[in-house]
Amino acid sequence: MDNEVYIIEEILSRFPADPEAVIPILQDLQASLRYIPEEAVILIAERLNIPAAKVYSIATFYNAFSLKPKGKHLIHVCLGTACHVKGANDLLEKFKRELEIEEGETSSDGEFTLEAVRCIGCCSLAPVIRVDEETFGTLKQERIPSILEKYRAKSEGQEC
Amino acid sequence: MLIKEVSDLRNISQKTLNEMFQISKIKFQVGSATCGLATGAGQTLSFLRELSANQPDKYIVDEVGCIGLCFKEPIVDLRMPGCSRIYYGDLNIYKAEKLVKSLEEGDIRKEWVLYRLDKEKFINEDEINLASDISDIYREITTMEDLNLFKGQMRIVMRNCGRINPEQIDQYIAFGGYKGLFKVLKEMSPDEVIEEIKASGLRGRGGAGFPTGLKWSFTRKAEGSKKYIICNADEGDPGAYMDRSVLEGDPHSVIEGMLIGAYAIGADEGYIYVRAEYPLAIKRLKIAIKQAREYGLLGQKVLGTDFSFDLKISMGAGAFVCGEETALIASIEGLPGEPRPRPPFPAQSGLFGKPTNINNVETWANIPVIIAKGSKFFSSIGTEKSKGTKVFSLVGKVKNTMLIEVPMGTTISEIVYNLGDGMSDKFEFKAIQTGGPSGGCIPKDLIDLRVDYEELTSAGAIMGSGGLIVMDEKTCMVDVARFFLEFLESESCGKCVPCRSGIKRMLQIIHRITQGQGEEKDIELLEEMAKGIKDASLCGLGQTAPNPILTTLKFFRTEYESHIKHKRCPAAVCKALIEYRVIPGKCTGCQRCVSVCPTHAITGPRSQAHNLDKSKCIKCGACYEVCKYDAIAGDAIILE
Repeated sequence: MDNEVYIIEEILSRFPADPEAVIPILQDLQASLRYIPEEAVILIAERLNIPAAKVYSIATFYNAFSLKPKGKHLIHVCLGTACHVKGANDLLEKFKRELEIEEGETSSDGEFTLEAVRCIGCCSLAPVIRVDEETFGTLKQERIPSILEKYRAKSEGQEC
Repeated sequence: MLIKEVSDLRNISQKTLNEMFQISKIKFQVGSATCGLATGAGQTLSFLRELSANQPDKYIVDEVGCIGLCFKEPIVDLRMPGCSRIYYGDLNIYKAEKLVKSLEEGDIRKEWVLYRLDKEKFINEDEINLASDISDIYREITTMEDLNLFKGQMRIVMRNCGRINPEQIDQYIAFGGYKGLFKVLKEMSPDEVIEEIKASGLRGRGGAGFPTGLKWSFTRKAEGSKKYIICNADEGDPGAYMDRSVLEGDPHSVIEGMLIGAYAIGADEGYIYVRAEYPLAIKRLKIAIKQAREYGLLGQKVLGTDFSFDLKISMGAGAFVCGEETALIASIEGLPGEPRPRPPFPAQSGLFGKPTNINNVETWANIPVIIAKGSKFFSSIGTEKSKGTKVFSLVGKVKNTMLIEVPMGTTISEIVYNLGDGMSDKFEFKAIQTGGPSGGCIPKDLIDLRVDYEELTSAGAIMGSGGLIVMDEKTCMVDVARFFLEFLESESCGKCVPCRSGIKRMLQIIHRITQGQGEEKDIELLEEMAKGIKDASLCGLGQTAPNPILTTLKFFRTEYESHIKHKRCPAAVCKALIEYRVIPGKCTGCQRCVSVCPTHAITGPRSQAHNLDKSKCIKCGACYEVCKYDAIAGDAIILE
């Protein structure tokens, strides 16, 4: 927790005390901590001199922010129109079964958060998913277990 | 170095053109936009970079943006000294390794080449001959001009995409960049610039099609000394990625357009609002802005004149409604992205309460060409009321999924069949969806419709930002309508009731219909609600939200009726109304479906037709997806 406060303070120090900075601050926080802790909402409000309720309203309005910690790897299943007509829903269902979670949830081992997104702009390769920074196109359900395996192995490698 | 005179531009241009075209080594250019990277362009690029690092006297490698042929990614072009440029498709790392080996043996692997380019043509009509003499082997390769998927295309917005390295400002300058900026700053008054844009007939490419010059004049005339301009790069329409491609492939075209606009309007500060889903576009924009600053093209006293302008990037945080201009402004200000009623329009009171002009990426990217080549050139292209070209992302169930840029007035039929080469699967064309969630579905009967703002509106659709999603007989139109409603329900900001609650209720009804539980009066109820939501919603999101329902009801009413009256989904898409089965005569007993079935519903020994236990089947479609023999059928059933 102390470490979190340290990270929050460090991120706050990068920005001017200007209400306009609230979204960029939250974006950096989300990227570093994978969620927006309660302390952060209060510290941001104090620093930018705006009510905490305002920070909270922004943190809950935008899809990019989460008040709960997200998994180590973010799975984005694209549900844009092109992906939809090419069977993206079946992919989403497959991920749900494989990870035993619902959309928006994090797997019990904390590895993956599953999110449906509205178009990542890679429509020519539909159906498409993105795991962290990597995009997978013309995906079939069959490939999903090996993709999950690859990312699990990545996490293990990091821990060594 | 600061650029101050036209001669400075000319020197950079000449030097860079020599570097790019007077080559003495084998040169590879790898298309490394998001589509390319998703198919392995990154690995191909690393391999080629290593090759050139090991043999610097023999090979050079550069990166370019997206040429538009997304279905053939990774695309790599190759040029040997004094030869035409040839383009390879599907060049993953394995093929790249083989290609290099073959090249060493003198074989260019002609069978992998998509087309050749003999002349590099520039927007100012200059040409560079790439090959003095075309060898017999090269002659056997189709030229770009002869390739169907380029016929009828015309590149203004995408003029440099796939041709220059987007991270090298010098290459943009070499291809005629920043000449338009010079022209306006040194030769034209702001009013002359606005008149020129008005005369060109350019209309906003974000979707609504408002005349750009007129929009600029509102902000110019607004009172106040502090004014802003914004580039709307919050490309949220599902199925559309033109703006991403322009930002990733040619960011300076947008920056130059904004500089010209800022000068005309009298703004000294600008924002580019990009969605967070486009990390590569953001990275390349940041590099482009930095390079433009170093040359004195952005910042104080641009090109040594009294005009000052600087740009900031504002990153979206995942909210579709932020594509609406007042919501976008709120988001930049650090507020929840909720729209507000207009008037006052942003031209009077926009960002931080100051007069603000917002245009979309594609609109800005057109500006430098209009200035450099004149409004007459631009207005000679297109139809009576829709001038210039339009970039579309042609996706869905079409063979060639790609980005195209065509003159306004091109027909849907030309787009789907000539450029797109028809359907991707064995099913027939059914409809094309335009304009994202605010748009509509245009049926087969209207396939000769010309794409311009008025014609699309008359069909109940809209131009929108340019996503064209092709649908075939295996697409259920009720399901498509449900999809859009679901999208809009989750993206409605919740501020006004008609949109927040109305869409939710419509979705409930349509969901029921797709479950086979529709009632006779549902269609009338949907139509009545659609009218109410259209009339009473606060912003464009709600006002256009019923469009997908209304156009599918207009053109595909029988599909709704079939779901409601007969509890049957004719396209066999709605899961509650289909059933999977194995076709015994076609099944070879390969067991692929057995291995992927998550519920062990499919059983049977190898080499014998398998059985599918319907009571265990969860209709995930995994078997259908892997079967190579078309032996799995997903049939429409009639609910008891």
